[in-house]
Amino acid sequence: MNSGAVIILTILYMHGVAELKAETLIESTCRNTPNYQLCISILRASPHSGTADMAGLGLILVDAIKAKTEAALLAIDEVKQLHPELTQALEECRRTYNAVLKADIPEAVAGLKKGVPKFAESGMVDTAWEADICEGSFGSVAQPPLSGVNKDLHDLAEVAASVIRNLL
Amino acid sequence: PLIYKGWYHFFYQYNPYGAVWGNIVWGHAVSKDLIHWRHLPIAMVPDNWYDINGVWTGSATILEDGQLIMLYTGSTNESVQVQNLAYPSDLSDPLLVDWVKYPGNPVLGPPPGIAPQDFRDPTTAWLTPEGKWRFTIGSQINKTGISLVYDTKDFKTFELLNGALHRVAGTGMWECVDFYPVSKVVENGLDTSDNGPEVKHIVKTSLDDDRNDYYAIGTYDGESGSWIPDDPTIDVGIGLRYDYGYFYASKSFYDQEKKRRVLWGWIKETDNEKTDIQKGWASVQAIPRTIVFDKKTGSNIVQWPVEEIKRLRMNKNVFEKVEAKPGSIVYIDVPSASQVDIVVEFELDEEALKSINGTDDDEAYSCMTSGGAAERGALGPFGLLIHTHKSLTEQTPVYFYISKDTQGNFKTFFCADHS
Repeated sequence: MNSGAVIILTILYMHGVAELKAETLIESTCRNTPNYQLCISILRASPHSGTADMAGLGLILVDAIKAKTEAALLAIDEVKQLHPELTQALEECRRTYNAVLKADIPEAVAGLKKGVPKFAESGMVDTAWEADICEGSFGSVAQPPLSGVNKDLHDLAEVAASVIRNLL
Repeated sequence: PLIYKGWYHFFYQYNPYGAVWGNIVWGHAVSKDLIHWRHLPIAMVPDNWYDINGVWTGSATILEDGQLIMLYTGSTNESVQVQNLAYPSDLSDPLLVDWVKYPGNPVLGPPPGIAPQDFRDPTTAWLTPEGKWRFTIGSQINKTGISLVYDTKDFKTFELLNGALHRVAGTGMWECVDFYPVSKVVENGLDTSDNGPEVKHIVKTSLDDDRNDYYAIGTYDGESGSWIPDDPTIDVGIGLRYDYGYFYASKSFYDQEKKRRVLWGWIKETDNEKTDIQKGWASVQAIPRTIVFDKKTGSNIVQWPVEEIKRLRMNKNVFEKVEAKPGSIVYIDVPSASQVDIVVEFELDEEALKSINGTDDDEAYSCMTSGGAAERGALGPFGLLIHTHKSLTEQTPVYFYISKDTQGNFKTFFCADHS
């Protein structure tokens, strides 16, 4: 009876230590990015981040960027209906987001999975750039309709690039 | 790259599905003059478990009997980097269109102590004094870049040599390692297997960490298979680069017909991906260059575009005795062209060179930190403004700066100001 109780306690204690260690990798990784809060919130929201290695954390971030870009593409059609006068800029944004989805994201995933992270870094650096290009295409429009989306994408891509640099 | 039956061959990392790295296959192009190229069908695709995740960089070795083999890196179905053997299906085809992969692939996997994703880009092999073929593969152990050495008789079974060709701490992963001899005395290139007292050897690596190509000159010992740099302070990866612009993953080959060592590098894309998709392509190869040992300094190589580049020149404009006074910009009227080769010689005023006092400021001059082309010194900057709009709102200075220290010693700097 007694020894049974001791064993259970030991197991619980070891599980606690393992969790603490993984948390520290996420925390220390995010601390070295340009946006700690953003990094932490995205990684903690993923069920796999607890046991992920650095490349795994990179993949989680890339996946989040993919989701944001897909949402951004959907937003374009909505905005176009409300603001047909912004069609030209919105179509430019469609091209930039498509470039992210069709080229940058697959490149980053392949780079991370195949042990050639420099291509993943390229993909993320370009993603931030594409968000900037989309935003810039609205020129001096008073309230550019995708500013929030573009800022999110830009910032998250920079966080991802910075995490990936740890692998180089 | 290689030359076979009078044709230059270029095999390159190609993505048939996108203007970005991925789905890597071996693209193939041929040329008679290294300048005008024809595209051929894709030479190798990822169609086996051992290269399903990418048919990556490899090198050709031409064997003593004229046979040609390729050793290349495959990324397996589990993303492990392994080396595979391939050869032309028909050696009588000068265009080497079809390739066969050895049924016993992979022939070589990462050795103990080397990570499965740090083992790629085997070099062209050279002959050892014992008559075996020897080549090197870049890798890393912790952050020490290293060049592993293997011996083989048949490119199917291999012996890993103890130690390494060379290693340099803190340089990270060594990709696309290249190793070749240069002559200290003659102008022509040397076959990869050459050695002797009048021969130095170059070790080159592409550094994954900063995406630049570095090289160093040293002495190779054929018996032990190790190489020692002439100057460890400018060792591989911490010293000289082939090129201070965009130039990566370069490889050399020996052109046995024109007896020259030719170097070829990749110029990565600097447009954004959306633009690449619109224009339908990304990145280019630099014009091939010849490499010779610099006899004047003994401490670097000298490169020059292959002579065949002259075939691209349609027109010539000569401007003689143009005088540029201090602080002036002289307009040179060149008719518009898609590309321009500029050969320019500057002659400095001898009196000025002698009479100007050297300063300590000058001793610390650096292209990157001394204010660029806007910072005027006593003997510079002077050079050319290229990519320049008439109104000078847009300009790229490519210039020389001569520094003179307090002892009267001169140093010349050659800079490109992208700011």
